[in-house]
Amino acid sequence: MSGISHPEAAARFVADDARAHWHDQALWWVRKKRDVASSAVPDWEALRDAAAGIKAHTLSRIGDYLEEFERNATARGAKVWFARDAAEHNAVVHGILSERGVTKLVKSKSMLTEECHLNPYLEARGIEVTDTDLGERIVQLRHEPPSHIVLPAIHLKKEEIGELFHQQLGTEKGASDPKYLTEAARQHLRRRFLEAGAGLTGVNFAVAETGGVVVCTNEGNADMGTTLPPVHIACMGVEKLIPRLQDLAVFLRLLARSATGQPVTTYTTHFHGPRREGELHIVVVDNGRSAQLKDKVFRRSLACIRCGACMNTCPVFRRSGGYSYGFIVPGPIGSILAPGRDASAYSTLPFASSLCGSCSDVCPVRIDLHHELLAWRQEIVKRGLLPRSKRVAMKLAGWVLRFAWLYRLAGWLARRVIPALPRGLVYARWNTWGQQRELPPMPRETFRELYRRLRGRP
Amino acid sequence: MAAREEMLAALRHNAPREVPLPDSSRLGVQFPDPVRQYVESLRSVGGACLLAADRAAAQRAVADLPVYRGARRIVSLVPWVGQGNVDLAALADPHDLEGVDVAVLPGELAVAENGAVWVDGRSLPHRAVFVIAEHLVLVAEARQVVNDMHEAYARLAAREVGYGLFISGPSKTADIEQALVIGAQGARSCTVLLVG
Repeated sequence: MSGISHPEAAARFVADDARAHWHDQALWWVRKKRDVASSAVPDWEALRDAAAGIKAHTLSRIGDYLEEFERNATARGAKVWFARDAAEHNAVVHGILSERGVTKLVKSKSMLTEECHLNPYLEARGIEVTDTDLGERIVQLRHEPPSHIVLPAIHLKKEEIGELFHQQLGTEKGASDPKYLTEAARQHLRRRFLEAGAGLTGVNFAVAETGGVVVCTNEGNADMGTTLPPVHIACMGVEKLIPRLQDLAVFLRLLARSATGQPVTTYTTHFHGPRREGELHIVVVDNGRSAQLKDKVFRRSLACIRCGACMNTCPVFRRSGGYSYGFIVPGPIGSILAPGRDASAYSTLPFASSLCGSCSDVCPVRIDLHHELLAWRQEIVKRGLLPRSKRVAMKLAGWVLRFAWLYRLAGWLARRVIPALPRGLVYARWNTWGQQRELPPMPRETFRELYRRLRGRP
Repeated sequence: MAAREEMLAALRHNAPREVPLPDSSRLGVQFPDPVRQYVESLRSVGGACLLAADRAAAQRAVADLPVYRGARRIVSLVPWVGQGNVDLAALADPHDLEGVDVAVLPGELAVAENGAVWVDGRSLPHRAVFVIAEHLVLVAEARQVVNDMHEAYARLAAREVGYGLFISGPSKTADIEQALVIGAQGARSCTVLLVG
C-alpha cells in the first residue's frame, strides 16, 4: 500500500483558496441540515445511546450473530459466502459472475468493494462494471475514487461535471444545470440497468434474527439493479450485523438524519431471500475486522454506520478534501481505520485533526472518535513512525516542560532573541508551524511577572 | 469451508466480554395528530399526500392526478383505485415494465415521523414495478399511520417479514453541487393516498 502525507496532500488542496472555501461551505451546509433534523427528534440522545449499546452488544457476540444470520439467510434461499480478505472477496464475486456468464454488472454504493478494489479486478477479467449512484458514476467516469463516502463527487463543480458529461455522455457543450445533467445520467444509467446480467449492492444492515439485509438509497439505483437482473450479490463487512428486526428502527432513525438531514432515505429495501427465479448471494467479509475487534480501544470504531457526519463537521476534512487522506474512508473515522490497516502508510492521518471533538459530538453511534485519534497518535509514536522533525520537537518540548527553571529560561531567551533574529531565520523551513501562520508578537512581560507585579510574591 | 471456520474462530476469539443488549423499549415519538404529521413529513421529502374519505373519493382523487391523466401505460395493484392496462401477472420479464408511466401500489403502513410507506414484496408480482415506473401512487388506510419506526417494525414483526421496503417520497439526488434534483433513477413523483 502506498503511503500518503496528509499535510502535503492538504497543501495541494488549499493552494486553490476559493475552491477550498467552497468545499468547506458545501459540507458545512450539510452539517447544518443534520443539526436541524437531529434537533427535531426529541429522543435523539437516547437513540444514540441505544445505537451504541446495540453495536457494542453485537460485537461482543459477533460470532453467534453471524452464525444465526447465515442460518436464517440460507433458510430463506440466499447463498452466504465467507471471505477472509479482499482477494477472497473479489474471487467469490468473480466466480459467481463468470459461472453464469455475466459480462455486465451494475453496482450501487459499497465502500467495502472500494476497499477490496473490486472494480479493477473485475474489469481486468472482462466484466463491464457500472457504478450507478450518480456521484459514484461521475467519479468513475473521471477514473477517480469517491472523495466522500456519502457524497462521492462533493469535490467537483457542476461545470466540471457538465464538461465530463459532454465528453462521455454527449450532453450539450457548456450545459451545467444539475437537473439537466441528472436527467442525462438517468437515461444513460437506465440502459445499463436494462442490459446488466447481475446487480451488486453494499449492505447497510444485516439482521441476524431474520437473515435479511437492508440497503438504503435515495436514487433507487440499488432497487433498479436488484429487481431487473436475475442475480443479486450483496457484499458486507461482518460489522454490519445487528441482532433483531426492531433494532433497525433505532439505526434508520439515526442514519439519514446524520448523513444528509433527511428523516429517512427514499428507499429502505429489505431483502429476505432471492426473488422468484432469481438468486441472492451474500458475501460476508473480514478483511482485518476480526483483528480490529481484538483491540480494546479501536474496536469501538467497528460500530460505524458510514453516515459521513464526522466528515461534514470536521474542520480539517472540510478544508483539506477527501483525497488528502489517501484512504477509501476519509475524515475522522477514516483516520482511525486507515492506520489500523497500515500504520506506516497512514501515519500522518491521526494528526489531521484539531482534536476539537466535533466528530464525537455528531456521531450517531457515539464512537469516541477524537479519543481514538489521540490514541493512534500515541501508537504512532510508540511504533517510531513519527517524522524526525516532530520527534525532535516533542523531545525538546518534553525537556522544557519538565523543569520549571528551563521553561522560564527558554521563555526569557525567546522573548529577547526571536524579535532580534532576521525573519528569514525565524520562518525558515524547520519552523513548519510558521509556514502558514505568524508568530504572535512577543509580550513584554510573562504571566508570571505580571502576577508578581500585581499580587506580590506568591 | 476454511474461510468460514477461520473467520468465526477469529471473531469469537477476539470479541470482548459480553455486553448486554440495551433496553430500547422506551424510545419513540408520539405526535398529537399522526396523520397531519405524516402529510407534513411527506411534503418535506418531496412527496404529496392526498386524504380521501372513502374508496370512491380515492378513485376520484387518483383519476384527477395530472400524472395519471397523462399516463398511457398504467399498473394498478389496488383493485379499487385506477384502471390498470398492464397485467403484471401475465408479464414474464420485468424488463418489459420499462415505459410504465404510473404504478398504483398498496401500502401497508405509513410512518408519520418520516413520510415513509411500507410496501410488502408479496403484493408485487414483479419487484421492479415500484422503481421502474415514472410515477408512483401508494394507497394506504389512514388508520395504518403509525408514529415512528419503532411502531412500524412492531407491526411488521407480527408476522414473517419477507422482501419489502419503505418508500419515502420520490427518487432524488443531490450529487451535483448539493442541488436537490427529484427523479434520479426511480419514480419522478410519489403521491400517497390515505383513505378513511
